[in-house]
Amino acid sequence: MGTLLTAEHKAWIGREEAPVHVEVSRRDIIKYAIATEQTLPKYLAGDEAPPMFIFNLFGALRQVSDMRHDGLPRGTGSGPKLPLQRVMAGGTELILSRPIRPGDRLTGVQRIVDMYEKEGSQGPLIFTVRSLRVTDADGQPVLEEIQTAIAR
Amino acid sequence: MQINELKVGDTLPERHHTPTNVTLFMYNAAVWNPHRIHYDETYTTQVEKHPGIVIDGPLQGDWLAQCVTNWAGTDGRVLRFSYSNRRATYLGETMVSGGRITSIDAQNRKVSVELFIRNAEGAVTSPGSAVVELFR
Repeated sequence: MGTLLTAEHKAWIGREEAPVHVEVSRRDIIKYAIATEQTLPKYLAGDEAPPMFIFNLFGALRQVSDMRHDGLPRGTGSGPKLPLQRVMAGGTELILSRPIRPGDRLTGVQRIVDMYEKEGSQGPLIFTVRSLRVTDADGQPVLEEIQTAIAR
Repeated sequence: MQINELKVGDTLPERHHTPTNVTLFMYNAAVWNPHRIHYDETYTTQVEKHPGIVIDGPLQGDWLAQCVTNWAGTDGRVLRFSYSNRRATYLGETMVSGGRITSIDAQNRKVSVELFIRNAEGAVTSPGSAVVELFR
């Protein structure tokens, strides 16, 4: 155990990424609501975004030439290159101060808060835990997220 | 729905989910996720050795969130939500989302719920939880 992550990897823990700015459109909310088969009118009309609309909202937008064979961006988003390359979403924790609405101009700041290894049933796993703090144009909190990505 | 009408152990309505290639395409387009395991069956089975197209974990997280938002409707708002992707699920499977009330804080009008996504064998593939503030 504990042989995959080096001091260089661990040095990423605590580093804050450059802020990412996102403008939320009603149309994007509606697309998400349709794709996820929402039933509440406020989501289907795009008046408000469902809680999980946040997933990858602040993700890197890379050129096609900067994508790996598996379709994911080179590197692992915000973080070091890992010795395990097959990545899946592990889960999320959200604290919601208010809903996201169309016209919101949001700022997201990500930070790696932990990296650790575990032995899974089919081999080693690397867990990367990121925090995301989202504020609105007035600097008021919108949400905080702790998200885990698992590399195998 | 009012908080004094609820009790610990009450269940949230269950819903069946059977995603298709089309819904997975739309979801991954909406969240800008080009990972091939969600649309390229040859790659997914031959290179990543999955038995089929992988249903996105965050999509199942959304189903869990919907379980709560649909239940609360216009009577409350979600303050906290979490889910964990414990087990891969594949295109062709039908999952069930649901939950139950685990605690009620009547003074602050807050209700805690535990949530689940279950596969056809009854195994929980994604557990979750939420805290909802009710308006009345």
